[in-house]
Amino acid sequence: MTTPKVLVLRAPGINCERETQHAFARAGAAPSFVHIRQLLAAPDRLDGFAALAVPGGFSYGDDISSGRVLATEMKQALGERILRFVARGGLVLGICNGFQVLVRLGLLPCTQGRLDEEVTLTHNLSDHYECRWVTLRTTKSRCAFLPPGLTLRWPAAHGEGRLVARTPALQRLLVDEGYATALYVDEHGQATERYPQNPNGAPLGIAGLTDHSGRVLGVMPHPDRSYLPTHMPDWRRTQLARGTLPEDGDGMVVFREMVRVAAAEG
Amino acid sequence: MQAWRVDVVVKPDQQDPMGGSALRALRAAGLDGIDRVRSRRGYLLARELDEAQVRRFAAAVLCDPVVDECSVHAPGATAASPRGAAHSVAVVPRPGVTDPVAHSVQKALGDLGLPAVATGTYKVFDVHGRVDGARLLQAAKKALANDVVQDVLLDALPVGLPGASPAPDLAVHAVPLAGLDPVGLERLSKDGGLALDGAEMAAIQRHFAGLGRAPTRMELETLAQTWSEHCKHKTLTGNVRWQGRTIENLLKSTIAHVTRTLDRDFCVSVFTDNAGVIRFDDEHSVCIKVETHNRPSAIEPFGGAGTGVGGVIRDVLGTGLGARPIASTDVFCFAPPDLPATQVPQGCLPPLSVLKGVVAGVRDYGNPMGIPTVNGSVHFDENFVGNPLVYVGNIGILPTARAHKQVHRGDAIVALGGRTGRDGIHGATFSSLELHTESETLSSGAVQIGDPITERKVMDAVLRCADLDLFSAITDCGAGGFSSAIGEMAEGLGADVDLQHAPLKYQGLAPWEIWISEAQERMVLAVPPAKLAQLLAVCAEEACEATVLGTFTDSGRLVVRHAGTVHADLDLHFLHKGVPVQTRDATWAPKALAEPQLPPERDLGQALLAVLGDYAICSKEWIVRQYDHEVQAGSAGKPLCGVRDDGPADAAVLAPKLGSLRGVVLANGLNPRYSRIDPAAMAECALDEAMRNLVACGGDPDYTAILDNYCWGSTRDPQALGELVRATEAVCALALTYRTPFVSGKDSLHNEFRTPTGVIRIPGCILVTAMSVIADVRATLTSDCKRPGSLLVLVGVTKDELGGSVYYKTKGELGAQVPRVDHGLGRDVLHGVHRAIAARCVLSAHDLSEGGLGAAVAEMALGGRLGARIDIAAVPTASGVQRPEQILFSESQSRILLEVAPDRLADLRANLHQVPFAVVGEVTQAKELVFHRDGKVLATVPLDAVERAWKRPLDLDGTLAPEVAR
Repeated sequence: MTTPKVLVLRAPGINCERETQHAFARAGAAPSFVHIRQLLAAPDRLDGFAALAVPGGFSYGDDISSGRVLATEMKQALGERILRFVARGGLVLGICNGFQVLVRLGLLPCTQGRLDEEVTLTHNLSDHYECRWVTLRTTKSRCAFLPPGLTLRWPAAHGEGRLVARTPALQRLLVDEGYATALYVDEHGQATERYPQNPNGAPLGIAGLTDHSGRVLGVMPHPDRSYLPTHMPDWRRTQLARGTLPEDGDGMVVFREMVRVAAAEG
Repeated sequence: MQAWRVDVVVKPDQQDPMGGSALRALRAAGLDGIDRVRSRRGYLLARELDEAQVRRFAAAVLCDPVVDECSVHAPGATAASPRGAAHSVAVVPRPGVTDPVAHSVQKALGDLGLPAVATGTYKVFDVHGRVDGARLLQAAKKALANDVVQDVLLDALPVGLPGASPAPDLAVHAVPLAGLDPVGLERLSKDGGLALDGAEMAAIQRHFAGLGRAPTRMELETLAQTWSEHCKHKTLTGNVRWQGRTIENLLKSTIAHVTRTLDRDFCVSVFTDNAGVIRFDDEHSVCIKVETHNRPSAIEPFGGAGTGVGGVIRDVLGTGLGARPIASTDVFCFAPPDLPATQVPQGCLPPLSVLKGVVAGVRDYGNPMGIPTVNGSVHFDENFVGNPLVYVGNIGILPTARAHKQVHRGDAIVALGGRTGRDGIHGATFSSLELHTESETLSSGAVQIGDPITERKVMDAVLRCADLDLFSAITDCGAGGFSSAIGEMAEGLGADVDLQHAPLKYQGLAPWEIWISEAQERMVLAVPPAKLAQLLAVCAEEACEATVLGTFTDSGRLVVRHAGTVHADLDLHFLHKGVPVQTRDATWAPKALAEPQLPPERDLGQALLAVLGDYAICSKEWIVRQYDHEVQAGSAGKPLCGVRDDGPADAAVLAPKLGSLRGVVLANGLNPRYSRIDPAAMAECALDEAMRNLVACGGDPDYTAILDNYCWGSTRDPQALGELVRATEAVCALALTYRTPFVSGKDSLHNEFRTPTGVIRIPGCILVTAMSVIADVRATLTSDCKRPGSLLVLVGVTKDELGGSVYYKTKGELGAQVPRVDHGLGRDVLHGVHRAIAARCVLSAHDLSEGGLGAAVAEMALGGRLGARIDIAAVPTASGVQRPEQILFSESQSRILLEVAPDRLADLRANLHQVPFAVVGEVTQAKELVFHRDGKVLATVPLDAVERAWKRPLDLDGTLAPEVAR
């Protein structure tokens, strides 16, 4: 087994890079920060990594629309390059703003294998940012590193998280053909469009996507804020019930699985 | 200058949340007849671009390919009115107001390989229905915009971009003072907006008479900034005649005296830096600062609150040799949102607009900064109508070895971050004047709009440079801008500055304007010459503008030039020590108040629901959810708790070093209403409440630092100053008993609003913020009940103290018997409960504050979605406390309600030592609250009624309160 190297992207307004880095390190990876200016100056650097992580935040203030300005900055020099990186076996994770950037780059859901903005992440129906813990169910998807059938509590924290596909038919296809990796669910475990269990109103309750190859994952809620047991909102009840805290919080599975897959293949 | 216009609109078959919320806002502003509102986003692009370039840019960047469609209009083209809409209103930033989106548009142009020409933005709302245009414009100015910073156009669109600015006035202006009499001096101060009094103007007159010359305008402005109440705290550091004696330097002999006397070993740096610093672990310290940003928030709530957050973040970033901000707090005081319009004086914004604007301002600055907002509270009183209070706090972490800074002669003066514009000129002096009905128009120059991403770049750059040890001192540009920042850093040395190279947002600024501008997102660093090149290189990598403005010298003088011409040459000793010491009179007499004679409470359940539905107590979830309280992954105790994440938490718990369990507990205490009876009670209860909140969550009362933040109506009136002195003495006496040192503080002393019929003065407020360091966050608690069958244990004594209570407020009364703190009992309760929590005897804990026992038990039960049964006869009371409403709603201090497993009761008793406590009830499975007296049921309140009453008042989206059961 190798220690997979993970490139944790920094950019003006990206603000979850430290927790993303720590979660990867905790999972056994070797993460390092690379600023977008450094990467644009030397795009070849990407080839030295097993995985790319685009953390959450407000890149360039989310001006115009979330992730748009950073995606525009990246597109020319890095868009096709990331596509090739994935084709060669690289893994990509985008969390929250990182997911928005990957969508604007056309890397997700990438059903046709080429850069194309097939979906958007747009304004919550509430018209404002909100931070709340949501319950997700992972689907049987194409994703190589998000196991199916898990019920996970992660915090969502966004103002533009409503995933809308170009057509209702495509929205349905995302679920039916394994692109939708995680769904917002209600108290019965059913995918929901109802607020607040679905915090943004995304049709069919889609919270995360993978691409055709299953090697790119984008999620709106934050595994990088739920990977430690004390991150969980109700950890005191868990501690009371079990007598002790579990090793991980619910978000850790993404980092562990991603590192496991990268290490096994590397 | 005419420009291309790009209009982006959500496709007809897509949802338009921005249009929806505009519709709600216009309806809430009283406008009838609207069927729907569609929103548009508009962009202006300078005419140097050709049509193909504009279209390419619009399609690639401005228009979302899935949900938007857009149209491009040539420069000079008239705006076609939207199909079917009755009217449209456009909201456009006023010239000179910061427009961060326009900067990003410009950047994206460059990234696409297009010329990065000038750009602008605007928003349009197309209103459908039967609406009168004039009334729509009126409503839109309040509901969709703030006309202090935005123009609102009816059925018109902005025609272009601002043209070139006029050439700046670069002349050195002498301001002759010789021969002016006191009246003339005061008039000069008033007309120039200097906010200096007669004695101060006379001191300046004497100083320059001695030099045989007149001051320059820049020199006078520099003195006005540095000597402002905001920067110098002249009242609190002045002398006060009080009860037959003179207190010299009130702050030093009270607040700072407590800290000196206690001499706690965890204090690393107090009262000397931007923030108070205490030890966290062997390697790191944590620092904390709380500021107010009241005036700017009164005029422009969104910009004022946002830049308040930005300012206090820079305070922490500039502490020691750079601290990493890890959490924010905010505490607000508003007039009640339902205050009738007739009671809102001219010149004041409606309280609900202020509340929404302030919350949005904190949200839209704090969230993009990536700093979690973890703790706060909101308070309501009619007298905040003209002077809302916006307290903003920030906590940082830094290596203890880098907790102190020292400027050296020869260090370069480097400005970092945002560019300088006219924003915020005279902010420091403005905040030292009272507001009046014309403030909204007079002082709009003092308004600032924040740009958090610029500040984020500054933060990233500063922290990298700090890790590389590239600077020897740092401070933020706050009130007074460069003049205060560089002036303070140069104290004891000297500085030689040339403003010619200061980066400007636009041309046309006179040198004195550059010098005192309060443009946001700027820091000043002292950089050793040998490290300058590396520092500039790191800043460039982080996309953070950095400019050398001059050199620190040892001349003892502050020399400011523009292109070589000297505009100011001030003696630093006079600048910092020359301000005359004020001596003021202070008196106090108890108010003639009486306890109301109320009939015995007939319906205790309804009384409880009324108390829970008061603005002071009701759920603040609508606010809390708009703040990111999770970013940085340090959260171990959240603002909302319980099985549905909706119970109120007493304090925030953070584990700021990822992978370490060592933690910080943060809490606050404030109750403005008590000040209406006795400011001493207000002050000591603020400290006791902050400590109760902190201890209830697992904080250690013996490892806690506190902050004092004063907001007062006026201190020129001896009675008001007497109230301040009395409050100060009370909070200091208690802090000595609790052994909690003050490590930082701030004051805002002129919170009055003058109307044609009189003066509205805020109740004097001291916010106490408490921060504790703990070894292991796993030993912390939340307030929600955990298990049916647990015992509910009330620690402390309930007294006849309904004065100033929410219960009385619901009856329209104030009362007289306001809660006071029994110092010894208070200390023992805090330490006893802490011992019990540390010994793991307690399942949950909640402090008793507004609403007393009734509110506390309701909140604990709701959080856990369990019930509770309380025997009011079991409550430990002082003599004379008999009536159920006294026992349930008295706000006596030093009380904490605990949930304890039955088999842990003996351990609890052992840990509480001699502290009075009793088992007052138990947690039940049935979702209802039952209050009984020795078995005789007095009231039964279903939990869903509790939830409705508690959530409804500030359910501003209509999504929190559950449906009424049918």
